[in-house]
Amino acid sequence: MSPEPNLLKSLDYSVLQQCMHCGLCLPTCPTYLETGRERHSPRGRISLMRAIADGELAPTRTFAEEMAYCLGCLACTTACPAGVDYGTLFEAARAEADRSGAQSGPLRSIVRFATLRFLLLRPSALRFVARLLRFFEASGLRRLIRRSGIYSILPGTIGALERQMLTIRSQFSDELIAGLEKPPGEVRYRVAVLTGCIQDIAFSEVNRATVDVLLANGCEVTTRRGQSCCGSLHVHNGDLETAKALARRQIESIDPGRFDAIISNSAGCGSHLKRYGHLLADDPAYAPRASAWSEKVRDISEWLVEIGFRKPGASRSPTAPNIVTYHEACHLCHGQKVSAQPRELLRAIPGLELRECPEASMCCGSAGVYSLTQPVTAVWLRDRKVGNIRSTGAAAVATANPGCQLWILQGFSGIEHRAESVPRVVHPVVLLAEAYRAETQAGN
Amino acid sequence: MIEDLIQLLGPANVLVEREDLIPYSFDATAALRKLPAVVVFPLNTAEVSAILGLAQRHRVPVVPRGSGTGLSGGSVPVEGSVVLCLVRMNRLLEVDARNFTLRAEAGVLTQAIYDAADGAGLFYPPDPGSMKVSTIGGNVAENSGGLRGLKYGVTRDYVMGLEVVLASGEVCHLGNKCVKDVAGYSLKDLFIGSEGTLGIVTEVLLKLVPRPAARQTLLATYSRMDAAAGTVSAIIAAGIVPCTLEFLDSKTIRCVEEFAHVGLPLDAEALLLAEVDGHPAAVADEAARIRGICSENGATSVRLAADAAEAGRLATARRSAFSALARMRPTTILEDATVPRSELANMIRFIQETGARHGLEIATFGHFGDGNLHPTFLTDERNRDEMRRVEAAMKEIFGHALSLGGTITGEHGVGLAKKPFLRDQIGDGSLALLKQVKRTLDPENLLNPGKIVDL
Repeated sequence: MSPEPNLLKSLDYSVLQQCMHCGLCLPTCPTYLETGRERHSPRGRISLMRAIADGELAPTRTFAEEMAYCLGCLACTTACPAGVDYGTLFEAARAEADRSGAQSGPLRSIVRFATLRFLLLRPSALRFVARLLRFFEASGLRRLIRRSGIYSILPGTIGALERQMLTIRSQFSDELIAGLEKPPGEVRYRVAVLTGCIQDIAFSEVNRATVDVLLANGCEVTTRRGQSCCGSLHVHNGDLETAKALARRQIESIDPGRFDAIISNSAGCGSHLKRYGHLLADDPAYAPRASAWSEKVRDISEWLVEIGFRKPGASRSPTAPNIVTYHEACHLCHGQKVSAQPRELLRAIPGLELRECPEASMCCGSAGVYSLTQPVTAVWLRDRKVGNIRSTGAAAVATANPGCQLWILQGFSGIEHRAESVPRVVHPVVLLAEAYRAETQAGN
Repeated sequence: MIEDLIQLLGPANVLVEREDLIPYSFDATAALRKLPAVVVFPLNTAEVSAILGLAQRHRVPVVPRGSGTGLSGGSVPVEGSVVLCLVRMNRLLEVDARNFTLRAEAGVLTQAIYDAADGAGLFYPPDPGSMKVSTIGGNVAENSGGLRGLKYGVTRDYVMGLEVVLASGEVCHLGNKCVKDVAGYSLKDLFIGSEGTLGIVTEVLLKLVPRPAARQTLLATYSRMDAAAGTVSAIIAAGIVPCTLEFLDSKTIRCVEEFAHVGLPLDAEALLLAEVDGHPAAVADEAARIRGICSENGATSVRLAADAAEAGRLATARRSAFSALARMRPTTILEDATVPRSELANMIRFIQETGARHGLEIATFGHFGDGNLHPTFLTDERNRDEMRRVEAAMKEIFGHALSLGGTITGEHGVGLAKKPFLRDQIGDGSLALLKQVKRTLDPENLLNPGKIVDL
């Protein structure tokens, strides 16, 4: 227990009060859908937060578990007629559960320290570990250990961790992208690109594609070397202080005044980056710069549509899939309300048919580290997502968040051995970049 | 009692933890909360019957609940009660396309009823604002309305039969698939809108209608409220019955414009949204005539949707009305005073004057076609002084509605919120009869006690 004040009590009460408990959030909430219990719904959770703020309930272990069970997918915020800022409530509640120690345990502390307080704070350490993991994978050691059957005698979470281990790219963003890249013609805009941490080590090609499509649209691209984590995972896991430190670091590294936009291609990061102003509102040294910074943040698809991106010419890449479906990352469609723009990018690609899948805006279960902390629900949601994607018959599923991409890929990996084909899981800008490239190759 | 319930239903269907009870201590009504003793989820009618049997034996009150979206406190628990939550009884039992009926358990969502009918080429018209989450059992218990009341009526008009569990635990089947049936009292009607005070509805048999082949939407704005009211009277006098005829007052228009930027004139006093449906030829003809009537009655602008997409855009203003208002202040109280159509302009003016007199923000929108208004109080429940003024204003508004031959509640029900005003509307004789019915069916006063009326 720490002596700081109850974080839910110190929250602006009107945020809690804004919920009029109409229940319109219920049918959109994955956990309520799973159990049908009010406690597992947004309005139920808000009522518990309010009870804590009112001193009618202590921040119990059950409360902490409840907050851990919430995906933080923010689907409720899209459904909410009253505009309840559930994101803020959720962050305060998770931080309160953390502060009050209702959820502590030695393993949790070690894992949290290793990831949130160590790896994600040190870009060089993260990349070093990533290289080790890549060696582990490439050397065949991973396969060997897997075959040894050792995971069957270790605790279940270790095996689950191993299965979710990232496939590390051989080259990271700094090797693929120069610090400053100029578009072929006239410079219409100057932008900074954020390469992220997971995106950087697991999907560095998405960062390259992001730069490519920006260059193709007259943007001069600055990419800072050795970028660090934006702090979104910290906020989601109740570690507000580290999140603030990381936000200050980001703000220091990119001067918003020098750029027309700061581009993110990872939904979870973008959603958090747009809230720096809010996160650092109480820090007089950073508050104004933080909000100026947040105002410049754009998701890549949002920015391309805003500047009227050029549609690729007719000749299409032979690898481009015909039918593509789109899975909305929660923190893009609910967190940033960016929903039409990625579809617009996809529809602009010649020869591509965008086929909507049922429940496109429902969480896939990835939700940060949720697939590790709540594997049962995460897998249930993933299977549901995979089923919905399959029902479209699409050859590829486009999604704009590395977490979703990994988790959905893993969902399909279980059926690899069957006769059914596994769709490609890909970021929309990668498809767009391919279309531009095909066009160039054809000499257009 | 709790051990008995666990034995009966299994531990997964009985909630007793404080963290589980708090989320069931309210419904969608502002500022009403009470903690129940236990929440139970029966899976079938036999279990409901057994729960009521246990409640009788232990003399514990039972409060039925669907999704908890009610707006009059009908499903707010009574202290120490058993909340009987029907959401897990959610089987859609039958769509009978030959008889145009649908049979479902009480916990089926209204939206699922609509979708099932639609899937069979049929139509279930009642569309309460919460239909995506409300249960059909709750709709029957509250006799819910919606936007299509003028042409299609309310939930009651679609209930052909009910399965009801009485306070004693006895199960009754009322009504059937026959369009004509005069065998005995129409007992099902007693339970529709009874708010769970007379019995628990466990299954419903609903009437469906053919799905209209076409629909058309119009939006008109006015600089004077009387001109809008005059338009509504003229439309109906011309023999046209639109399926919806919605309106927004000036305050709502300004809030909507600020929120949704749909290009509404900020100086407009009123906005009308009309939708006609039916045979394509009739729809085209009626839409053209409504357009003419709007212009003749002094509309400052009239827009007719060219296609479904534009119809959707035109409807945005009305659809976002509640969202826009709910964001203005911490507490939003949605009321439903209702008057005969001919008195609407008078009633709306009175609401605006009352708001000004008490220094309150009241925005009004609603169903112009059927006289069902939604004066919406934008306030803060923590501000005691303001809440006192809200109560005073509400009392005046209900009083005025009654003086115009109206009702204190058009579609939300009496529950707890309207209980103090019921006598003013129905009088001592009716109130005594109502109590007599309640005592006959629930002699121990265990079914949702204290709702609608105190015994």
